[in-house]
Amino acid sequence: MATGDAGTAGELTRLTAAQIAAAVAAGEVSAVEVTQAHLDRIVAVDPDVRAFLHVAGIGALAAAEDVDRKRAAGEPLGPLAGVPLALKDVLTTKDMPTTCGSKILQSWRPPYDATVTRRLRDAGIVILGKTNMDEFAMGSSTENSAFGPSHNPWDLGRIPGGSSGGSAAAVAAYEAPLGIGTDTGGSIRQPAAVCGIVGMKPTYGGSSRYGLVAFASSLDTPGPLARTVLDAALLHEAMSGHDPCDSTSVDAPVPPVVAAARHADVSGLRVGVVTEFSGGGSQGGVQARFTEAVELLESLGAKVVEVSCPHFTYALPAYYLIAPSECSSNLARFDAMRYGLRVGDDGTRSAEDVMSLTREAGFGPEVKRRIMLGTYALSSGYYDAYYGKAQQVRTLITQDFDAAFEQVDVLVSPTTPTTAFPLGERADDPMAMYLADLFTIPSDLAGNAAISVPCGLAPEDGLPVGLQIMAPALADDRTYRVGAAVEAALQQRWGGPLLAQAKELGETAGETR
Amino acid sequence: MSITRDEVAHLARLSRLALTDAELDHFAGQLDQIIGAVARVQEVAAEGIPPMTHAVPVVNVFRDDVLVPCLTPEQALAGAPAEEQSRFRVPRILAED
Amino acid sequence: MTDLAQLVPYDEALSRYEPVIGLETHVELGTTTKMFCGCPTTFGLEPNSAVCPVCLGLPGSLPVANRAAIEYTIRIGLALNCSIATWCRFARKNYFYPDMPKDFQISQYDEPLCTDGWLDVVVDGTTFRVGIERVHLEEDTGKSLHMGGATGRIHGAEYSLVDYNRAGIPLVEVVTKPVTGTGAIAPDAARAYVTELRGLLRSLGVSDVRMEEGSLRNDVNVSLAPHGAAQWGTRTETKNVNSLRSVERAVRFEIERQAAVLDAGQKVVQETRHFHEDNGITTAGRSKEEAQDYRYFPEPDLVPVAPDRDWVEQIRASLPELPAARRIRLQAEWGLSDLDMTQLSNAGALDLVSETVTAGASAADARKWWLGELARHANETGTDLAALPITPAQVARVSALVRAGTINDKLARQVLDGVLAGQGEPDAIVEAQGLAIVSDEGALTEAVDAAIAANPDIADKVRDGKTAAVGALVGAVMKATRGRADASRARELILERLT
Repeated sequence: MATGDAGTAGELTRLTAAQIAAAVAAGEVSAVEVTQAHLDRIVAVDPDVRAFLHVAGIGALAAAEDVDRKRAAGEPLGPLAGVPLALKDVLTTKDMPTTCGSKILQSWRPPYDATVTRRLRDAGIVILGKTNMDEFAMGSSTENSAFGPSHNPWDLGRIPGGSSGGSAAAVAAYEAPLGIGTDTGGSIRQPAAVCGIVGMKPTYGGSSRYGLVAFASSLDTPGPLARTVLDAALLHEAMSGHDPCDSTSVDAPVPPVVAAARHADVSGLRVGVVTEFSGGGSQGGVQARFTEAVELLESLGAKVVEVSCPHFTYALPAYYLIAPSECSSNLARFDAMRYGLRVGDDGTRSAEDVMSLTREAGFGPEVKRRIMLGTYALSSGYYDAYYGKAQQVRTLITQDFDAAFEQVDVLVSPTTPTTAFPLGERADDPMAMYLADLFTIPSDLAGNAAISVPCGLAPEDGLPVGLQIMAPALADDRTYRVGAAVEAALQQRWGGPLLAQAKELGETAGETR
Repeated sequence: MSITRDEVAHLARLSRLALTDAELDHFAGQLDQIIGAVARVQEVAAEGIPPMTHAVPVVNVFRDDVLVPCLTPEQALAGAPAEEQSRFRVPRILAED
Repeated sequence: MTDLAQLVPYDEALSRYEPVIGLETHVELGTTTKMFCGCPTTFGLEPNSAVCPVCLGLPGSLPVANRAAIEYTIRIGLALNCSIATWCRFARKNYFYPDMPKDFQISQYDEPLCTDGWLDVVVDGTTFRVGIERVHLEEDTGKSLHMGGATGRIHGAEYSLVDYNRAGIPLVEVVTKPVTGTGAIAPDAARAYVTELRGLLRSLGVSDVRMEEGSLRNDVNVSLAPHGAAQWGTRTETKNVNSLRSVERAVRFEIERQAAVLDAGQKVVQETRHFHEDNGITTAGRSKEEAQDYRYFPEPDLVPVAPDRDWVEQIRASLPELPAARRIRLQAEWGLSDLDMTQLSNAGALDLVSETVTAGASAADARKWWLGELARHANETGTDLAALPITPAQVARVSALVRAGTINDKLARQVLDGVLAGQGEPDAIVEAQGLAIVSDEGALTEAVDAAIAANPDIADKVRDGKTAAVGALVGAVMKATRGRADASRARELILERLT
């Protein structure tokens, strides 16, 4: 594919999902053209970004053809029909491998689609492929992927965040206008923040977990990644809703997030700044951009107050007890008996030994650490002091949120304490890595709704900063409303989206896949 | 010290992880640090506070006792590391259940 | 490798020690689909043909609870006089085993659905109230075939083959409180409890309770303590007890074995043991370094179960007549003594008699046939009464034919033999073998005259007033007619002739 054609194709990859969908619906461009343009973009930049683990070119083009056929036949199309999407490799797909970023599932092909996968396909969304992630969603940088890290399109020497770093990088690099991630401790919002895009964690249970390979069952939430708030809202609606296959799925209508994204008015809205997250814990530039965002909200008519959520300082330790506990149990099934890697079966070894050798070879260090930590926390004699106590702390954190939401409509904080750190900087320091989730974790523990929207670049390094907006459970629309208002005002100030300020990625001409 | 190397070795056995000695040394130090940090939850007074169940509390989610199509044996066995007579072939099991 | 246990003879063991027993019974529910998915629960399907992502525990799969299974469990709890929880949860029981798809089992831990009930069990006229600690719900595991060894068991096997059809079938666990005071009849009490429980479950329609198919499985706990001791002894748990007889034998063996251990001044090891059908012994399971820590925690993929009281009362109202109440009612209806009733129960004839009565026979007749001729047959062929190839309806028909005078008791036995031999329906057999009683006066008179003529001495005795001798002449008539004469009419005719 000669780069000379990059003109039109390049334009197509710069469009938003909403724009693409409208163009396809209007017959201005075919879904196949759109998909091809994005596949070409992947070829051009993914050798450097490394967002994708698997690109399903043939399947994607077939799906795109299907959209074109329907359109030609006058059949009704969904609001995102023909729009390409990057799917985190933690959701099952029948026709593509699902590795969860792990050697233990390196060549696993599931016999079933996740509910989210099915809904995307039913909506006419074109799944381009599966994206890189921290192994089994454990991490904040994709450096825990068994297949190598992804790279931040803003600076290829830096992390794209995690665990949904591949999806975030793909969207930020214009490889797809839409991405799906999953958020357990911040794994959608933090990558979105450090990649300068929008990332949303819906209310827990808002999107089905059926087919989402479980890390922490009571925390995992699939959600949208996009370059605009409206795009994220459109994807949010397409992927969400009650699923009878998931007992924890919310049996209530999807909150009106698209309408909210179009109603970007915060006048009279009560905004709370979380005291515990506004102190000196953040990088200077992050704090500065955050403070400006808060001032912006005030200027748009919001009433801003400080709100204290005293138990939030215990959120990180509580999370790092609950999540590993659940994951130690969820990952037990990877035992070499029914699927996945099997190591050491020489005909003499016992099943127990083969299990242990396989898991030793198949899991990376972070996964091993969390499995052991979880096993410890659930052990008889330790349960009450660790897991049991953490679940109580979780209730207290939820109560802090409830009390706060009596006073305010939304809470705000920086999404993550720093901008994208260099690859390798925290890879051997688990505790330093965990700090990336400091501000995002409370919303996972309480299960409420939280979005990250870009709010500027940190002056010291020119890297994106995210503003986190939190709302009560089932009030997801509020986060979109505020996010859209901030986005509109800031884009006016910047003269365009934040991403436009990123350097163009050098096209890797001549290298084929 | 929150956790000893022997305790870590025990945890590894419980979780079916055949760690190398080098890994054991490495993880022991890290787990010790992490456990020390997460133990902070014990500082919180939580008398009478119920443990959290779900964000949107709900009870009685059931399905009807109605058949749903299954996988075929081929699909079920598709990823099997080893198979014989339409069953999953596994190495010899030591413990009586 | 056999564990050659020392044993103390049973009676001797009981002279020194008091047993305490407990039973844990697993019941596979007869719902249409599995506990957490829509796969079928049918027994005997092709391997791995009744599985889906959920019961295979594939990555990403999630459980959804089967309402019918909850309802069946509540039924069982109510029938066992338990309290039904107002709010409870499932919990994960974590351990690695190849027949467990998720390497954890979804079960219930400290919040069972039903608690604190009882079941009365009668042994030799004494009633024991067996306390029920809890009834909870969980999922069954897959099944393994152990290959390459000599015995088909795990020891010595080279590898195993796993079929997950059974994985996920709803399993109810009924746990008794420790049962004390049974003394020498501990094995019988254990057996009687399982028998009664099985009958109860069958009457509730919640399971086909076939021990030979594994839909009813028992673990038996036994401990011994010296008479008058303040504390109970250490208990062992014996698994693989697959029949009623095995329950009894396992308890008996453990009493004898533990008595020997205690007599030798040693401690009984708290362990899981395995029962061997072939020789009635128990052997120790593989010793584990430490007790299993299952690291239970509430199942995060499921929401709590909170049966509202209206639903519970609806279920209670829909319970059928339970076996104990039914026995009392039938005993009164049939006018039987306690002993008679016990005899019926012990012979496993209660339902058969009841159905025969429903089909038109009198209770007395039904009992006579089932406990007499048919029981004899069952013993001779080594089968259960219920397994005989004859139905209550057929027995009732035979009884009706006797009542109508078409055949007599002796001929009835022949008819029953015919049915058992597969020769068809009672009426057809009577027809085919010409068994109908000769009541034709002419033929009968001929036979009577012939008998008198052939036995002049006996005839003279009768003429002389020794009417008791008539019996011999009647016998001769019966013999001549190959048993088909109407005996009482023949007697009348003879007496007419000779007196």
